[in-house]
Amino acid sequence: MQENNSKNKNKLNIKSITKLKGFSSFTSALLAIFLGLAFGFVIMLIANPGNAMAGFRYILVGGLGRLGDVFYFATPILMTGLAVGFAFKMGLFNIGASGQYTMGMFFAMYVAFMWDLPGSSHWMIAILAGMIGGMIMGFIPGIFKALLNVNEVITSIMFNYIGMYFVDMLVQSNGDMYNATLTRTRYIDQGVQIPALGIAGSNVNLGIVLAIIVAIILYITLQKTTFGYELKATGHNKFAAEYAGMQGKRNIILTMVISGGLAGLGGAFAILAPSAIAGSSMTYEPINIIAANGFTGIAVALLGNAHPLGIIFSATFISYIQRGGTLASLVGFKPEIIDIVIAVIIYFSAFAMIMNSAIARVAKRLVGKKNDDEIVEEDIIIEEDVIVDDNDNLTKEAE
Amino acid sequence: MDNYIIEMLNITKKFPGIIANDNITLKLKKGEIHALLGENGAGKSTLMSVLFGMYIPEEGEIRKNGEKVRINNPNDANALNIGMVHQHFKLVEVFTVLENIILGVEPTNKGFLEENQAREKVVELSNKYGLKVDPDSLIEDISVGMQQRVEILKMLYKDNEILIFDEPTAVLTPQEIKELLQIMKDLANEGKSILFITHKLNEIVEVADRCTVLRKGKYVGTVDVKETTKEELSKMMVGRDINFTVDKDEKTPGDVVLSIRDMVVASKTHKNNAVKGISLDVRAGEIVCLAGIDGNGQTEFVHGLTGLEKLVSGKITLCGQDISKASIRHRSVLGMSHIPEDRHKYGLVLDYTLEENLVLQRYWQPEFQRANFIKFDKVREYANKLIDVFDIRSAEGPVTIVRSMSGGNQQKAIIAREINKEHELLVAVQPTRGLDVGAIEYIHERLVERRDAGKAVLLISLELDEVMNLSDRILVIYEGEIVGDLDPKTTSVQELGLYMAGAKKSGQKEINNAGE
Repeated sequence: MQENNSKNKNKLNIKSITKLKGFSSFTSALLAIFLGLAFGFVIMLIANPGNAMAGFRYILVGGLGRLGDVFYFATPILMTGLAVGFAFKMGLFNIGASGQYTMGMFFAMYVAFMWDLPGSSHWMIAILAGMIGGMIMGFIPGIFKALLNVNEVITSIMFNYIGMYFVDMLVQSNGDMYNATLTRTRYIDQGVQIPALGIAGSNVNLGIVLAIIVAIILYITLQKTTFGYELKATGHNKFAAEYAGMQGKRNIILTMVISGGLAGLGGAFAILAPSAIAGSSMTYEPINIIAANGFTGIAVALLGNAHPLGIIFSATFISYIQRGGTLASLVGFKPEIIDIVIAVIIYFSAFAMIMNSAIARVAKRLVGKKNDDEIVEEDIIIEEDVIVDDNDNLTKEAE
Repeated sequence: MDNYIIEMLNITKKFPGIIANDNITLKLKKGEIHALLGENGAGKSTLMSVLFGMYIPEEGEIRKNGEKVRINNPNDANALNIGMVHQHFKLVEVFTVLENIILGVEPTNKGFLEENQAREKVVELSNKYGLKVDPDSLIEDISVGMQQRVEILKMLYKDNEILIFDEPTAVLTPQEIKELLQIMKDLANEGKSILFITHKLNEIVEVADRCTVLRKGKYVGTVDVKETTKEELSKMMVGRDINFTVDKDEKTPGDVVLSIRDMVVASKTHKNNAVKGISLDVRAGEIVCLAGIDGNGQTEFVHGLTGLEKLVSGKITLCGQDISKASIRHRSVLGMSHIPEDRHKYGLVLDYTLEENLVLQRYWQPEFQRANFIKFDKVREYANKLIDVFDIRSAEGPVTIVRSMSGGNQQKAIIAREINKEHELLVAVQPTRGLDVGAIEYIHERLVERRDAGKAVLLISLELDEVMNLSDRILVIYEGEIVGDLDPKTTSVQELGLYMAGAKKSGQKEINNAGE
């Protein structure tokens, strides 16, 4: 068997690359993006045939001229994406990223407005406060799940509303924060804003750097530490994790707290971002709307396959086509069109893995038997095995 | 010239890193029961999957009644009247028997379901073969044996002529096995041709006409069952002589390692307690076997003992320490190793690599981590050592995803892991379930080796042969209580069977209270 194996390796190195898990999720993400864009183009053709080409061009390359903004807008969704993806690794579906994000935003604002701290320590502490705010919001569904086995999807989605209304109430009742005539928060002092990276015409700031560092730390945590090992083991098979003596309840709570903290950081990064116009800042409008960045985080995490490094790219990509989408309005397209495109991309990415092997099948037929194209067959086999095994699991659980 | 209904000629099927079927030829006569014998991973299931259209072979051809056919998917197989009972049934739990049988071939009248005709046919078939299936019961309400009959009826309903049974007896009780074998004989008498995948020699000898043996993906031979013996068959299968009895020396047990007093564990499925006050001792250097028919509280007993389930009451002492309320990790550190009953559910993280699974009980020890960072080089080293010593075979060594490994090698990995961690007590729950004779022999040797090394071994088993051969002492569990304390040397299999069935009861021998 082993001889066989080494022979194969010597023969074709490409095979071993294509066999890598990361590679296949990368290609499936690309496939999803391609199909999503194609579908989006069709919708644009139907909506406005005359300007479809021009609009589509904006979507594709419009972001290039505004790379600073791409990264600026990528920062919060990168954080919420990490929040969702991290919990997902443990098999938890944290839909409450919005509420955690909003609470993080409020905590950061509170420190920014109400505390008086020296120099740059002020924005740093405000960021940490945001993280704590998110952690608290993540802790509650976590503890319900761990101790009472309440489904975290339900609690966390309800906590989106609780968090949002609670924050809106607190903001509106605080005169130091809230400007009632403008129905938004007041401007945050420049000293409390996160330092800009100095790219002209854009608000891009240190937040994106911090966010990427957080993603890398998460990656290392998942890959190299005992905590990451336990977390992934629990995500794959919670019974085996319990059997091996891992503290499942503690890990559930910890994961939700970390996940919430990540979303909270996203809120802090968003509200503490500097403004290109001197004397102004980002503001929050307490108008009873759940923060969209939380839900975009779910899309980011799915497209990035819940992998921290993948999420860096998927957040950047989604931000990129969102920028292009706003530009498409120049030729008469509603920006919502881009939301449809993103939705389609996510939709396709959900079963992109299956499509990957379907395409491999077609390729196999085209290539024919002559080439003895083993890569293709391997993919099919692996996929089928998994499906069979899943069935087994289902029947077992049903028993 | 014999009348072959199916011929599989020179079939070769490759998977990455392994040739699952290497030039295999199998010829099935009309109306015969043809057994397909081989160890786990010998390629039996692959060959049948080729016949059923789930895999497409690289080389070779399939003929039906002498004509070459192409089977690209299970629908093609169905069209050729080939049916299969899978090891894990493909039934909709919340549907009735009848609904499951007609699923996919529903008779309709102007778009409306027309069940009456189907019901008649099902009842007729059921009576004809003595299947005793009630077409209107829900699948979730009937026993596993009954569910299997529904699978058989499904094949018959579709007028299948060639019936494939993939290890059909693995999930059945002895009584059900007997009935199934009779059904198979009846089917063959009616002219159906049966392919019977198994690694249980007794069953082959009992029902099969001919037997084809595979070993490591290669064709070994086809023999007439009447003209061969169990020993010969097993030699063909494994490639060497197999020792059916276990060699072990007399040993005097040492100190009490595990002591359980009045253990009560609740049941998950009903209100009563599943374990009703069990007391027992296991000493160093002895194998104590807890024997019983499945579902008499063994699972709950093991869960209570290993900490997966909380005790209602009672006391467990391990090496002199009270562990009644200790965490699973604490029990493990104190010296409890556990080979779980369900290796997929509890024993392994199937999507982890082999090396990650091999350190599942030890990853947190200083040997494998520093400041919470796992030392992957040490893990690899350790994994390679265990793979070598325990002969765990896989396509890619330590980085193989465990899901892709054969059942026998998965079990070897678990055993390697549990034996190589510090332990005084080894709890082995049905350690040979679903394994072939070669792997069973290997595992039995390891258990005896533990005993000889002075460890306490608590074996929970349903297999009478295993119980009789391995244990130094047999405790029989019936409805959550211990009803017999037997010495295997002075007890017959029949007597043990009576105890297990609850027909005989004796007080437990006075247990030594040294543990308290």
